[in-house]
Amino acid sequence: MSGNNGNTPAIVAEGLVRRFGDFTAVDGVSFRVEAGGIFGFLGPNGSGKTTVIKMLTGLLPLSAGEAQVQGLNVRTESEGVRERIGYMSQNFSLYNDLTVTENLQFYGRIYGLEPDRLRRRMNEIVELNGLEPYLSRLAGKLSGGWKQRLALGCAMLHEPKLLFLDEPTAGIDPVARRQLWDLLFELSGHGITFFVTTHYMDEAERCSHVAYIYFGRIIADGTPEALKSLPDVNPPGTKRIEVATPEVTRALRLARQIPGIRSATIFGESIHALIEENCDLADLRGQLASQGIRVTEIRPLTPSLEDVFVELTSKHQAALEARGEVVHA
Amino acid sequence: MRDVFRGFGAVFFKETLHVRRDSAALFFSLMIPLLQIFLLGFGIDTNIRQVNTVVYNEDGRRESRELIDRLRNSDTFRVIGYVQDDQHLNDAIISGRARVGVKIPVDYSDKLLHQMSAQVLVLIDGSDSSVAGQAINVTTAIGLDESLRRVLPARVALPVDMRPKLLFNPDSRSPNFFLPGLTAILLLNVTTFLTAFSIVREKEHGTLEQLFVTPVRPMGLLFGKLLPYLGVGFFELCLILFFMRVVFQVPIHGNVLLLAFLSLPYIFVSLSLGILISSKANSQSEAIQLAFITFLPSIFFSGYIFPRETMPLIFYAISYLIPATYYINITRGIILRGAGIQHLWLDGLVLFAMGTLLLLVAARRFRNKVVAV
Repeated sequence: MSGNNGNTPAIVAEGLVRRFGDFTAVDGVSFRVEAGGIFGFLGPNGSGKTTVIKMLTGLLPLSAGEAQVQGLNVRTESEGVRERIGYMSQNFSLYNDLTVTENLQFYGRIYGLEPDRLRRRMNEIVELNGLEPYLSRLAGKLSGGWKQRLALGCAMLHEPKLLFLDEPTAGIDPVARRQLWDLLFELSGHGITFFVTTHYMDEAERCSHVAYIYFGRIIADGTPEALKSLPDVNPPGTKRIEVATPEVTRALRLARQIPGIRSATIFGESIHALIEENCDLADLRGQLASQGIRVTEIRPLTPSLEDVFVELTSKHQAALEARGEVVHA
Repeated sequence: MRDVFRGFGAVFFKETLHVRRDSAALFFSLMIPLLQIFLLGFGIDTNIRQVNTVVYNEDGRRESRELIDRLRNSDTFRVIGYVQDDQHLNDAIISGRARVGVKIPVDYSDKLLHQMSAQVLVLIDGSDSSVAGQAINVTTAIGLDESLRRVLPARVALPVDMRPKLLFNPDSRSPNFFLPGLTAILLLNVTTFLTAFSIVREKEHGTLEQLFVTPVRPMGLLFGKLLPYLGVGFFELCLILFFMRVVFQVPIHGNVLLLAFLSLPYIFVSLSLGILISSKANSQSEAIQLAFITFLPSIFFSGYIFPRETMPLIFYAISYLIPATYYINITRGIILRGAGIQHLWLDGLVLFAMGTLLLLVAARRFRNKVVAV
């Protein structure tokens, strides 16, 4: 039996396919998750994120392809895989009529922890997640943030080196969301690898590696920095700028008519635009001012991950349509 | 080998916590069967007595009044009224006011006096076959008896004298017959629902999926679920037997410990059935639907209400596939007939085999989800 030494990647997925009847939910997905760090798995609803997690954790059989998790083949060594991973599902999977302590004890026993080790791990988890005040409370009576902390605690009692978190912050208030990410960073500092799905772009920005899945196919895969400097996102001869103005809606309508501006979208109180490289910013400001638009600031911009995904998604969509494959977005 | 049952201890311990914590649900699932024992024990009498009867006595003389008294004294009929024409006699039956209408013609006494055959019309509502059958039997018997009395000289012994003797239930008490069978139905009901719900609830909450990513094995999971409810089912059995014996005075002729012992395989079958249902159902309402598919045949084809011997061959064959059939044989055997292990070991064995088979099928269905092969 092969275990995980420092060099083995946490996950290697090669050509994963999952079909449900005629529908192909996951279509030839390959990626690699190095040990340590936080791997962000992004994509719109129904794009196949949860299906991929279920295939990697052994909940769903693979229709085709191969996957190694912690160096073990998920097809043939699924029991070994299950011993080495932790999994936290979207709905936190706790027993609402059991107390916090009882939930922890149950999951500890399920993983076969000896009483001494169980006690030690419970103390560690309780301290790490700040669960002390709630130990004798029923899990069903906890707020969303505390449920999520308890679920995370249950998933890591057996000291897995790899944790799958399926939308861990869905439906959690912003403070709890921030606290969870701080905790994830702390844990990943101790050498635990995280595979996290999320909708939130700010969370994606904090990941050490990001993959974007779109209708069953991976269309972006790399560190956030690498993705932001992709040629597809930064076509040669163009640059990105941010134009801050109090009148974004009217400014956007005008900006789209100015030659030299390839595309423009609203981001809050400003406009993000992709413009010709030789376009002069002072000139642009002048053109907008002549139309009565007061520009408070205009400056060069590095693309955000959201820019990256919007760009890649529309390119991918266009490519599919060109090949005659219909995609219902 | 221990590995096959991996996770058993953890699941068993957790499940007993669930049972203890949800005491309200437990209380109701134990009380409702007892309530049914009371309803059926007090409410149902299979002996047909005091059937509502109307009489149209055209004759009205002494002989005809004697005949009416004999009908009354049989305990089968209760005369609720007299009518004066055929129209009212028919109406009484059509409206449901009476089940039986007796018409004694105007020349009844005259024909008897002249040693001629006197006819009496008995109209019987055939819409309830057991009432109708009893009415036919009793009126025919009274007619025959009345005839013999007139034909034979007094104090002559009958050439053939049938002496029927009811064994085991000499007073023909309904609770003695009903409650041992009802035990089987109630136990099935309680234990099947409890296990099915305990697993379907985990499906609904997503905890079952969580368990499937842990190293727990299907048999560990299923036995951990099963044993606590085996205890609950056994406790329920003790309650039912207690009320049957103490409140309804049903004598237990056989060994009550043997009954307890042979109940274990039956509870095991019911629990396995619940687990099988839960492997198919994704919500509690689906589980209820599926459970009813199993309950109705258990009620109708097990011999609980209708004797199996009178069923068409195909249904008689089906009755052998129903666990309650064997268990009712065990309960009635031990409670009423005082049967011993030498009479009932095969029934117990069949139940145990059925339970094992169902559990293996259920484990297979779960294993396909646990192990991704």
